[in-house]
Amino acid sequence: MSQSARPKSLGSSVATLAFALFLSLAVCSVFILIAGEKPLAVARIFLTGAFGTPYDLGLSLFHALPIALAGLAVALGLRSGLFNIGVEGQLIMGTFAAALTAQALSHQAWPVLFVVSSLSALAAGFAWGALLAWLKASRGAHEVVSGIMLNTLAYGLTSWCVLQFFANPHSQNPESLPIAEELRFALWPFFDGAPMSWHILLVPLIALLLWIWSNWTRSGFAMSLVGSAPGAARHAGFSLKSLEFWAISLGGLIAGSIGIVEVFGNNGRFVIGFSPGYGFLGIAVALLGRLHPFGILFASLVFGALYKGSLELDFETQGITKDFALILQAVIILFLSCESLIPKSWLNRFSRPTEGA
Amino acid sequence: MEYLWELIWSSLRLASPLCFAALGGLLSERSGVINLALEGTMLIGAFTAAAVTSLTHEPFLGFAAAALVGAMYTAILGFFSLTLGAQQVVVGMGLNILAFGMTPYLNKLLFGVTSSTPSLDSADRLSYEPLVLLFFLILLIQFGLKHMRFGLWLRTAGEEAKALDAAGISRLATRWAGVLLSGVLAAWGGAVLSVMLASQFTRQMTAGAGFMAIAALILGRWQVLPTALVCLFFGLTDAGQIRLQQILSEAGEKRWLALLPLLPYLVTLAVLALQGGRMRAPRELGRST
Repeated sequence: MSQSARPKSLGSSVATLAFALFLSLAVCSVFILIAGEKPLAVARIFLTGAFGTPYDLGLSLFHALPIALAGLAVALGLRSGLFNIGVEGQLIMGTFAAALTAQALSHQAWPVLFVVSSLSALAAGFAWGALLAWLKASRGAHEVVSGIMLNTLAYGLTSWCVLQFFANPHSQNPESLPIAEELRFALWPFFDGAPMSWHILLVPLIALLLWIWSNWTRSGFAMSLVGSAPGAARHAGFSLKSLEFWAISLGGLIAGSIGIVEVFGNNGRFVIGFSPGYGFLGIAVALLGRLHPFGILFASLVFGALYKGSLELDFETQGITKDFALILQAVIILFLSCESLIPKSWLNRFSRPTEGA
Repeated sequence: MEYLWELIWSSLRLASPLCFAALGGLLSERSGVINLALEGTMLIGAFTAAAVTSLTHEPFLGFAAAALVGAMYTAILGFFSLTLGAQQVVVGMGLNILAFGMTPYLNKLLFGVTSSTPSLDSADRLSYEPLVLLFFLILLIQFGLKHMRFGLWLRTAGEEAKALDAAGISRLATRWAGVLLSGVLAAWGGAVLSVMLASQFTRQMTAGAGFMAIAALILGRWQVLPTALVCLFFGLTDAGQIRLQQILSEAGEKRWLALLPLLPYLVTLAVLALQGGRMRAPRELGRST
């Protein structure tokens, strides 16, 4: 029994994709029927919920945005065979840094405030990623274990800090003080009030840069060899350790950029528990998008739309709730996993003794 | 002295869900299959045990049902990754997300709400029985892996599958067994959470315990006793910080108290930083069949 790692023609790829989606919908229809609802009616709720009006479309994009950034961050590590499960913690740190910097600089001119806050988001994400990367590259610690630990630490430390020192006294919610409305991105009128603005362009921009980097530069190419052909990367003059380091810590940088989005494009503050597991959704879309930047954009649009569409289920059906989006996402992941084109090589990293063992 | 016993007792209790799940992960991974779905399987197990117990008032029936459903749940992992040849890590993450969605869906179906199952009477809860089960399981798995034929097959499937083929044993069937057993154990880990430590299933109640179990498995280097000890250590730091919190709270030091729950994670990181490199996974782990 062999895995389908060989390249396929476009036609057969599209056919298997369509088949996988068909199976997913069939399975989910059964769940919908069991709950006493009509599959077609639910599909309609999803579609109108996600795309019915410009406002809904804006919200779908809005939900897709952080998932896409997290997905790009995860994929950067996975291309090198590193499972950066720590993206969740990195994006929490980025948001924390951005929110507190913006709050501290709230009397400065907007460009200063924006640039410094954004830089601090990127720096914090990068630093948290670099810690994980250092543990992996220099200490040989398994990145999955340390990633899990660093996620919990990031959540715990930022929550503690916000509650003890920066809590918003005017709010019942566990959150920091918000920045003024006029400091946030102006909304695009097209989306009719949905929190969507030019910063959505950040995502295709980063995807494009990553695509150019990994396909057209020596270092980008070497990085994709770390997992599959470490010998080749070494012969090309790159140190494996430093490639591993950058694959994780640059992912942290991208994850940190979610902080810019959160503070200037969404909540305007640090809300404890703001992330509904963006880091994990990022893993899902990175895998679904086959680690390709543009594939990830597409997968995260699907996930964003599913999430937005599902919100209406709570109001419009009796039997199922917005959690149904998770079932749908999971079933799609399962069926698409069968013809996964992810290089098998990175998986072998799990079974190779780590450096220095 | 009484404090000490109390501390040991609560460490054991807090360690047990992790330990069940980590041993489950061990059985699957020693046979060569990455089981990233421990978190989801625990959640499914926690729900099943609490739901069946609350409907039948028989906690043992709840545990039996959790075992069955847990095995069925990881059968999905087996079907996709062993039968269809899908990437194990992808399927594992998919199953975690599926459990996040399935448990509220089923909860709503059975009890009309998505948040939790009905609260169990204390007579319907278990207090120590799962710990006894766990104790014997640790002994059995430790002994079985070393000295029983099936244990040898399992280890060979994970290290040198070709040798297993040469001996005429199906590596596929062996890995299926490892995967199914891991589902039973992980589901029991969840069942301990909802029927022993708590008195109901609540939404997302595993809160990362499945991932901690994977951490314990890797820190324990895929060996039975070290893995169990790491789980016990997690339980001890957890119980210790709860106790320390009481002491410090009496001393009036409030602000820094809230940081104590982070202790286990810090300690683990420190251990990793000091000796992270000495890990060796089963050789066939993650390879296709």
